[in-house]
Amino acid sequence: MTFFRLAFAAALAAGTTASAFAQATDRIKVGLMLPYTGTYASLGTAIENGFRLYLDENGGKLAGKTVEFFKVDDESDPAKAVDNTNKLVKRDNVDVLVGTVHSGVAMAMAKVARETQTLLIVPNAGADAITGPMCAPNIFRTSFSNWQPAYAMGLVAAEQQKHKTAVTITWKYAAGDESAKGFKEGFESKGGKVVKELSLPFPNVEFQALLTEIAAAKPDAVYAFFAGGGAVKFVKDYAGAGLKSKIPLYGPGFLTDGTLEAQGDAASGMLTTLHYGDDLAQPKDKQFRLNYAKAYKLQPDVYAVQGYDAAQLLAAGLAAAQGDIKKRDAVVRGMEQARLDSPRGALAMSKAHNPVQDVYLRKVEGHANKTIGVAVKQLADPARGCKLGT
Amino acid sequence: MDLATFLIQCLNSLQYGLLLFLVASGLTLIFGIMGVINLAHGSFYMIGAYMAHALAPPVAATFGGGFFAVLAVGTVLAVVLGYVLEWAFFSFLYGREHLQQVLMTYGLILVFEELRSLLLGDDVHGVQAPPSLAGSLPLGELMTYPVYRLFISGVCVALALGMYFVFTRTRIGMMIRAGSANREMVQSLGIDIQFLYRVVFAAGVAIAVFAGMVAAPVSSVYPGMGNSVLIVCFVVVVIGGIGSIRGALLAALLIGAVDTFGKVLLPQAAGVLVYVLMALILLWKPDGLFKAG
Amino acid sequence: MHRSRFLFPVLAFGALALYPLAGGGFGIDLVTKIMVYAIFALSLELLAGTTGLVSFGHAAFFGIGAYAAVMLSPQSGPASALWLAPACMLAAAGYALAVGALSLRTKGVYFIMVTLAFAQMAYYVVHDTPFGGGTDGIYLTLKPTLAGLDLDQALLLYGFTLGCLMLVFALLALLLRSTFGRALAGIRVNEQRMRATGFSTYPYKLAAFVLSGAIAGLAGFLFAVKDGFVNPEMMGWHLSGAVLIMIILGGLGHLEGALIGAFAFALLQELFKSEAVFGAFAKHWQLGLGLAIIACVALLPRGLIGVPELLRERLVGRRNGARAAAEVQHELA
Repeated sequence: MTFFRLAFAAALAAGTTASAFAQATDRIKVGLMLPYTGTYASLGTAIENGFRLYLDENGGKLAGKTVEFFKVDDESDPAKAVDNTNKLVKRDNVDVLVGTVHSGVAMAMAKVARETQTLLIVPNAGADAITGPMCAPNIFRTSFSNWQPAYAMGLVAAEQQKHKTAVTITWKYAAGDESAKGFKEGFESKGGKVVKELSLPFPNVEFQALLTEIAAAKPDAVYAFFAGGGAVKFVKDYAGAGLKSKIPLYGPGFLTDGTLEAQGDAASGMLTTLHYGDDLAQPKDKQFRLNYAKAYKLQPDVYAVQGYDAAQLLAAGLAAAQGDIKKRDAVVRGMEQARLDSPRGALAMSKAHNPVQDVYLRKVEGHANKTIGVAVKQLADPARGCKLGT
Repeated sequence: MDLATFLIQCLNSLQYGLLLFLVASGLTLIFGIMGVINLAHGSFYMIGAYMAHALAPPVAATFGGGFFAVLAVGTVLAVVLGYVLEWAFFSFLYGREHLQQVLMTYGLILVFEELRSLLLGDDVHGVQAPPSLAGSLPLGELMTYPVYRLFISGVCVALALGMYFVFTRTRIGMMIRAGSANREMVQSLGIDIQFLYRVVFAAGVAIAVFAGMVAAPVSSVYPGMGNSVLIVCFVVVVIGGIGSIRGALLAALLIGAVDTFGKVLLPQAAGVLVYVLMALILLWKPDGLFKAG
Repeated sequence: MHRSRFLFPVLAFGALALYPLAGGGFGIDLVTKIMVYAIFALSLELLAGTTGLVSFGHAAFFGIGAYAAVMLSPQSGPASALWLAPACMLAAAGYALAVGALSLRTKGVYFIMVTLAFAQMAYYVVHDTPFGGGTDGIYLTLKPTLAGLDLDQALLLYGFTLGCLMLVFALLALLLRSTFGRALAGIRVNEQRMRATGFSTYPYKLAAFVLSGAIAGLAGFLFAVKDGFVNPEMMGWHLSGAVLIMIILGGLGHLEGALIGAFAFALLQELFKSEAVFGAFAKHWQLGLGLAIIACVALLPRGLIGVPELLRERLVGRRNGARAAAEVQHELA
């Protein structure tokens, strides 16, 4: 019982300190809701590092404002997502929400953002709905939609690689379904045919049965969507089953990004599409990579770029509103009209607030995703179901 | 599905089943004999996989390296780990409410996961299969089969036979079986049950760690990997009948087959099939396929 | 002893009733969430603590209650909580009836696993099929109303949840003192003997299972109303495990234990996640939580609810010891 009272006092304190914080206008409160534990922990760290790098390059400020960070570990758990978001919105009264990696969690964040009119910048989660039916003036994304790299790969596979038939394989969950659909749309728009759509329960990583199915179907190409440990295992199993040399494997960049070292030789020569590559040969990218490596003793990846651009986009919005985050309309307009000098190349927001960007074609060489060209220039998500700006 | 494909799928299901047995057998040992519901079993598997990754450089520096040297060193460390854990965290729990152990192992999961993050980071790593087993055999028209997978299957069969032998044919196996049936009786016969339990726990942990190390070259090494095997391990142990080695083996093979053919024939319901199987078997045989003891 | 039984709930619910006067918007949200978990924990306590049936799939009933709240809500206008809440409970109870009827054939660890199996089935149905929005989950756009008032208001929802919690607590407390409750306790202690005396235990266990499922469904309904968003993870085994951890942490076999456990588990998480207390180390919050749980198991054999008793034993034990020593000295003298 003593404990109960103590605990109660703690809850009480947690509730009151929040409201005691005075609203200072010389600073802006940024709420980072990212995964710091679990499967996506390293992605969360990369996004935060990227965000902070932009600040460091600009004297620790965003458009002249000091930034105060509030952090929440979202654990990639959608069941806790609304609560975790509310922690930042209601307890810490943040001006901007930045997050997250997991699509289901991002959907909950988008919901809270819509209801509370909080500014939200999504630095990774690709769920098409966020800038589709769920789009809103105060919701932006600096990463991609699941459709984008997948559609681009569909075009590449049909036009450039001259494949006629393909099989898609993914985990049975929303991101995987959307990616496979995007590929199919691109591939079939250029005369290809997806002959089989394989899936397995998330996060099952026993691929042998489906690899056998692929071998039996004998398609010209395979398109796979997996991430993290599952991506590593799939690419290795694909090579181990001897399919790599006979049926080329394609995928969005997530199949190889951040996991190339673990995949070893199994990945070499693979083609993937993504809005970033490891050697874009642009001055901005070179400088970014140098600064990042210096600051964090790590090589940056696409997640770090997305975090960096989230900070840039916010800075652009703030600058347009003379640094006053409370002038919401001006901030949003500034973000909509921003032309970002991103490490990935020039970047603009679509009407649905998703990046319009070049999607690169990359080839795995050694432990790097070497850029070998642009798959689609300035590709915009079709934003189906979004009524913004129409 | 033509005959060749069907046969290959049978091989796949057999191989997956054996792998499941490898991971679950440590659990059935601890669960069946000590009655400890060890939620941290997946963590031991994870620890094993990370050992295979992290121990390679130091082992190479001291013993000259090689996958098998890592395997040996890791297993020895795991025995020590299991022994110490039993002494520190479990030895005082046997007299208590059963579910206290669940709480304890849950706490351990969180601690192991964070220690892993603090010590080794959150990145995904690959582990190289030993060069001697890196080849592959042709299979069907297009496919090949990695030799290392055959090696894993071989290890699983050897482990199953070894455990079966120890249990049924040796004195210590007899004491263990007696101890699981009636703790007080064995104690009154002058057998040091405390020590016996410690050995069993250490062995269970060592097998889980060993499974993680052996699986690492095919599964890769990533955060949260323990969680993904935990539930299916419990399913294997329970379907087989708690504490039964041959039950666990049969259950693992069954699940391997259901999972493999489920993915191919009924992809929409693949996730749910294993649990339907478990529910059906337990409704038919409420004590699992083989009741131990 | 008798007085203290009433003392705790009166104090606890009194404190909860007064809390909104002091708590800010976030605090009210947080306590609302914990109260929902407390209702959920109470439902499992009825099974695991009272009847000795440990369910490892209780999140299924919670999740079904939550999904029912979203799916039964009409598109045209807000539903009334007065029919929606019972409907959600009914949905959860229906599934509980089917699961219970089958799984009660098994015992012990097998029962634990069968309940898990049925929960995983429900999980995969919403996870792998478009029915229910798939993995991204679905939104509850129109929150239900209560007697014309919108449950979207945090304070109203707080009151409603507190009311539900008190009601569930009172109902269970009464139930446990009835013949039915005593039968359940008898089943926990020694089912074989009950059966040997000609007592048919199955209907009692099934009734407890269905009631427990219905209460879990109520918690799920409240959770869906609070968050306005449901996701398959609400049926996942992680949540089933978490609620089990709550009641073990609080102390099995006491309704108060479920309350204490829910609050302790949630607040410990908040504590270790708090940057204000742990700074940059807060991202390793699981380490602190894990160590705290291990310490609880090691030091508190009866869970948190056993703390006062443990202290009393310590103090009284020492006093008795001192008195005995004094008596011995007296005799010697």
